[in-house]
Amino acid sequence: MSYSRSDLDGTDPKRPSDHIDADERGEITSPKLGVVGWLRWGWRQLTSMRTAIVLLLLLAIAAIPGSIFPQRMANPNGVTQWKSDNPDLYPLVDNLQLFDVYQSVWFSAIYLLLFVSLIGCIIPRIKHHAKALRTLPPRTPVRLSRLADYRDEHVAEGDAEAAVDAAQAQLKKQGYRVTRYDGRGAFSVSAERGYARETGNLLFHISLVGVLLSVGLGNQFAYTGQAVITEGETFVNSLLNYSSMNQGRLVGDDALAPYAMTLDSFDVNYVPYGEAGTGQAGDFSANVTITEPDGSTSEDSVRVNHPLHVHNDSVYLLGNGYAPKITVRNADGDVVYSQAVPFLPQDSNLTSLGVVKVTDGMPEQLGMVGFFYPTQSELDTGAMTSIFGDLLNPVLTLNVYEGDLGIDDGTPRSVYTLDPTGMDQLTGGDTGIDSLELSPGDTVDLPNGLGTVTFDDVTPDDADPSTVGYTESVARFASLQVHHDVSALWVLTFAVLGVLGLASAFFIPRRRMWVKATPDGSGGVRLEYAGLARGEDPAIRDVVDKLADSHLSSLSH
Amino acid sequence: MSAEDTVTFATWSLIMLWTAIAVYVLAFISYAVDLANRSQASAKAKDREAALVGATGSGSVAVAERPTESEVPQRFVMARIGTTLTWIAFLLHLGAVILRGIGAGRVPWSNMFEFAMTSTLLFTAVYLGALFWKDLRYIGAFMTGLVTVLLGAGAMPSIYVDITPLSDPLKSVWLVIHVFVASLATGFLALSFALSVAQLLQTRREHRIREDESRASKRSILRTLPSAENLEGLAYRFAIIGFIFWTFTLIAGAIWANDAWGRYWGFDTKEVWTFIIWVLYAGYIHARATRGWRGNRSAWLSIVGFVAVLFNFSIVNIFFQGLHAYSGLE
Ligand code: HEM
Repeated sequence: MSYSRSDLDGTDPKRPSDHIDADERGEITSPKLGVVGWLRWGWRQLTSMRTAIVLLLLLAIAAIPGSIFPQRMANPNGVTQWKSDNPDLYPLVDNLQLFDVYQSVWFSAIYLLLFVSLIGCIIPRIKHHAKALRTLPPRTPVRLSRLADYRDEHVAEGDAEAAVDAAQAQLKKQGYRVTRYDGRGAFSVSAERGYARETGNLLFHISLVGVLLSVGLGNQFAYTGQAVITEGETFVNSLLNYSSMNQGRLVGDDALAPYAMTLDSFDVNYVPYGEAGTGQAGDFSANVTITEPDGSTSEDSVRVNHPLHVHNDSVYLLGNGYAPKITVRNADGDVVYSQAVPFLPQDSNLTSLGVVKVTDGMPEQLGMVGFFYPTQSELDTGAMTSIFGDLLNPVLTLNVYEGDLGIDDGTPRSVYTLDPTGMDQLTGGDTGIDSLELSPGDTVDLPNGLGTVTFDDVTPDDADPSTVGYTESVARFASLQVHHDVSALWVLTFAVLGVLGLASAFFIPRRRMWVKATPDGSGGVRLEYAGLARGEDPAIRDVVDKLADSHLSSLSH
Repeated sequence: MSAEDTVTFATWSLIMLWTAIAVYVLAFISYAVDLANRSQASAKAKDREAALVGATGSGSVAVAERPTESEVPQRFVMARIGTTLTWIAFLLHLGAVILRGIGAGRVPWSNMFEFAMTSTLLFTAVYLGALFWKDLRYIGAFMTGLVTVLLGAGAMPSIYVDITPLSDPLKSVWLVIHVFVASLATGFLALSFALSVAQLLQTRREHRIREDESRASKRSILRTLPSAENLEGLAYRFAIIGFIFWTFTLIAGAIWANDAWGRYWGFDTKEVWTFIIWVLYAGYIHARATRGWRGNRSAWLSIVGFVAVLFNFSIVNIFFQGLHAYSGLE
């Protein structure tokens, strides 16, 4: 490199000492003695380009295991599965935090160091650049001809000062910052442009810090809850009503706006038989009515890719399924249980699994585990399955257990699982008694004269049975996620600023230009044009030529 | 559109696609022959140089006198044929993509087959576009070879899928933007990769010449290529364009994820790999600006970056589990 080193020159961006344009004298060798010396040495190491590269590469490598091992955050079931597949390895892998890579000590250490390095690197650069923005372009070099991109012209007659005036005006028009250095019998203009290159670079790096801070702070105030609502039912937005809730440390008790959401209906379309993608379900839409705390209502829908925004919450459609309405009567014929029970889909044709827990009104507590098949069919093995997602031939099968459900001792139990330990199985399995099997509207007896179970048909009364068939006999449920995170907008803002900064850092060339005119003593003028690229700038040669050409032609007019 | 029409369009699309693949193979062969010829041409150039050296009486042939970009002999017939064939293949390929799009009634990049088809189209587009700016035909063999392999693999029966309706999460403008820009980014990164490989080879040759000047006149394909420094500059310029597009891909993906999955970032496998690639290229860009890292080391980073891109595109799509399960494969 033939040009002057950056720290000799006030308007050049400041760079870490091992930057390619930095002065080699600044290279870190061995620390000066003393604590301060060591600290300074350490700090310079941390804020060097080399450290940034190494930390970036480490970050890339450290992120890999998170794509190989299931992550608790994204896929808790995967972790459970991994544990049961590899019981011996599990403790080791878990201790290495490989199931929580992105919260792990080692991953955090890398990115925190990277950001300390980043901040340490950009603060002096910001200071320096702020000053550079107010500094005039540097003095015209005495021997311009030593620059690589140089051109020398001679005009037989002319006014040197006027020639430089013209050049100055021309450069200014092209966006250069210009200043004059006349004297010693010569006139010259020194011009510089492309400060936005460094501004962009700094904006990009600052935006990275902005993104990290927004994410970090935002998480403290964010919450995400999941709720299951069956058609016709209403969900009131309060902590208690969520089936699961994740909240940041700084979410206040009163953070949830007390609106209510009723699922009026749930739409879904199926690709009919005979077309590509037969049976594929789509166009899901949860049609809801929102009731504000003041009683006013509004209708809207929640669809995939179209979350519903209400009170700074975003409501997403995560899943859906069937909620067969099941009614249980005891031996006296009294209703002891009557609910639409959400059954969780197990495959794409919505073979679904669900649990009924009857806690009171029976001699002993009763548990039922069942499958629901919207379009039931039999496999070659004789096992049942569903072959279509819509309700063409809905069948519900239930296995009945009697005993202690284990919910009275206060241990939290999922409503979707039944722990049969300590319970007697009454149907299915080895009992010799067939599982209960019901179609909508059917009622069957429980074993041992315990009572009856009804699979209620919820088809509206005004529906014409010949057209709807079974298709409205079972209610659907929507599984909704309510997400509150006001920082997302900040993250986006910084990300966009970052891209803008990046583009200006890459594509705005930074260059210096000089035009010097020296009267030759006999009425003519010697004109010199020179350019100096700062950083990547393949076009500099052309730019000097173009400047010279247009300047010369302006002189001849 | 009726089911039959859909099938007709898909079938013609496939026929055009396989024709395009065949022409790509021919283009590849032409480019490869061109490379072989270049080594021959460089031997002839040697004789000419020797004559020149004799005439001027100057001493040895210094590294700097190697043909530079502008002096590269322009009469590479096979390379010209290669480029013409690449254009033909590109037009067929474009036709295949358009027919598929019409048949599907949506953008043709929503499963792995379609994505392979469209992204390789963009690879070729980026390469052909770059030719207007610089003579890069020496990486033509690499680009057509890469496109042939990816396209051929993508059209294999195990990857090919018929036109099916979009699943709900894919029904979004972001499918159009995010995936398109990702493919475009990959095209630029592919060029950058090829140039970085050429750079490494050229550096090695320049090294040897410095040790033993007689090697400068040995026949070599590389004699007809730009200097390592020039190659590095070119690779870098393509990489930064690719990097900006990649950054945009990352952001667009996050916006989409926020709509479709209820969070903008969740370390899903595909998100992780997009991030890894982004960080690797950030490392490369820093390396280019760091004393002791410019040159071979940064070139290796660019290569590692692109290997990660290919890995993301193939292995991650097929074998890793995650929300991005849109390969269309069971
Ligand atoms: C979070 C980690 C970082 C990322 C993702 C990152 C990314 C980037 C990118 C994309 C560029 C190219 C943009 C441009 O040329 O203006 C760049 C340039 C640069 N970065 Fe970083 N950076 C990071 C951390 C750092 C750190 C810690 C330092 C200080 C040691 C640093 C110093 C620089 C410098 C000096 C340049 C300009 C290089 C040149 O002159 O071409 N960066 N960085």
